[in-house]
Amino acid sequence: MKLPCPLCGSRALEEFTYLGDASVTRPDPETETLDDWYAFVYLRDNPCGRMHELWQHSGGCRAWIVVERDTLTHEVFGSELARDRNTRERAA
Amino acid sequence: MRYSIFSLARQALSGHRNWQPAWRDPEPKPGYDAIIVGGGGHGLATAYYLAKEHGITNVAVLEKGYLGGGNVGRNTTIVRSNYMLPGNVRFYEKSLQLWENLSQDLNFNVMFSQRGVLNLAHSDAQVDAFARRGNSMRLHGVDAELLTPEQIAREVPALDLANARFPVYGGLMQRRGGTARHDAVAWGFARAADGLGVDIIQNCEVTGFRREGGRITGVETTRGTINAPKIGLAVAGHTSRLAEMAGLRLPIESHLLQAFVSEGVKPMLDHVVTFAAGHFYISQSDKGGLVFGSSLDGYNSYSARGNLPAVEHCVEALMSLMPSAGRLRLLRHWGGVMDMTMDGSPIIDKTPIEGLYLNGGWCYGGFKATPGSGWCFAHTIAQDRPHYLNSALSLDRFRHGEVLDEERSGPVPNLH
Repeated sequence: MKLPCPLCGSRALEEFTYLGDASVTRPDPETETLDDWYAFVYLRDNPCGRMHELWQHSGGCRAWIVVERDTLTHEVFGSELARDRNTRERAA
Repeated sequence: MRYSIFSLARQALSGHRNWQPAWRDPEPKPGYDAIIVGGGGHGLATAYYLAKEHGITNVAVLEKGYLGGGNVGRNTTIVRSNYMLPGNVRFYEKSLQLWENLSQDLNFNVMFSQRGVLNLAHSDAQVDAFARRGNSMRLHGVDAELLTPEQIAREVPALDLANARFPVYGGLMQRRGGTARHDAVAWGFARAADGLGVDIIQNCEVTGFRREGGRITGVETTRGTINAPKIGLAVAGHTSRLAEMAGLRLPIESHLLQAFVSEGVKPMLDHVVTFAAGHFYISQSDKGGLVFGSSLDGYNSYSARGNLPAVEHCVEALMSLMPSAGRLRLLRHWGGVMDMTMDGSPIIDKTPIEGLYLNGGWCYGGFKATPGSGWCFAHTIAQDRPHYLNSALSLDRFRHGEVLDEERSGPVPNLH
């Protein structure tokens, strides 16, 4: 499997480190409850199909990226810098 | 028909033409007292112990594909109970004790071979950690023996103990551990459960749950609606998908694990050996093939199809440990879907939904647990509460901070 790094282009899997589901969000410190932390740390959707995931290009430019990938077919649909996605989502 | 030397002789005299199928192929009834979803090792064992220990024989096991066609038929067959944490060790030791009499109990030869499981240590710190784990095991009444490099060289001559990068400093041996014939385990439990009246229904996929006032009352399947007041899930690998149908979100991710078998050779490895420097485990099957595996591929996957970097990592570990294996060719390798929990330990518990019970999160250690898991899950379903032996394997342990993290790697499933 190869992953597209927005900065370096298509690179081999061995250059990347996996963190996991990019859809989980850290609880808001203003409104957090213990249940929010439980969900953030432990609970996952674990989809069979398209999934957004956090990877780090640790053997390359060291950027954190969000990759959209199919967990059943391993087809990769694209990627963007995690920072860009974060900025966009906050604006939205 | 009971299998014995006499039944074999009788069948031989009639030219082996009168053997009966080992289990029936019944049509699903409209309702049962309990339904187990998943016809793998754990589901079949659960049905067997429900019938045998609790007298609940009006049970159906629903299997999406064919019996034993999932991970129970594709694993490295290692059986052991060398855990450190009390919540785990008591459960796995119960399972090992069930293994020790399983062939007699099921009247089916599961070829359980107590050849010993040896964990190698590659630093002083690892020797200390193994001594601590061995002491914990012995305090729980489990056998454990700390071996010196000289003892290991005598017992397991095929290993390269003086490897320049990963020299062997010692090892922890559990002599009661070993291997079993994985298919025979599925077939043996299926035959024994069927003999007690359990209906094993293959090619029957669960597509949804029926509920009444928050309570589970049955399942929708590709072969129609089947009602039951108690439903147990034993579908490790796909637990999240079934749980989603019931509206549950779980501390589980599905990951990919590969395993390998070499061509058959004469006996060269008498034990199960694990290489702690690179997470690698190997044994030799009764047919002569070396059976080995390593870590997960590392990312969420339902594909059951592995990647090549993981193959390379695994074969590198093999070459570090047993350079003589470099001449062997691989016969086959395969990938399977693993239920990885957030702490690396399994879940056998009730769920927040009345009538729905959960057995899953086996990470990649489910095979050894097959009898113990079935025994504890059957108790949990029949008595509507966990047994002491699986009380620590609870679903809400994550919420309460009572995780069972043997590897101490935190809530990161791909690191367990």
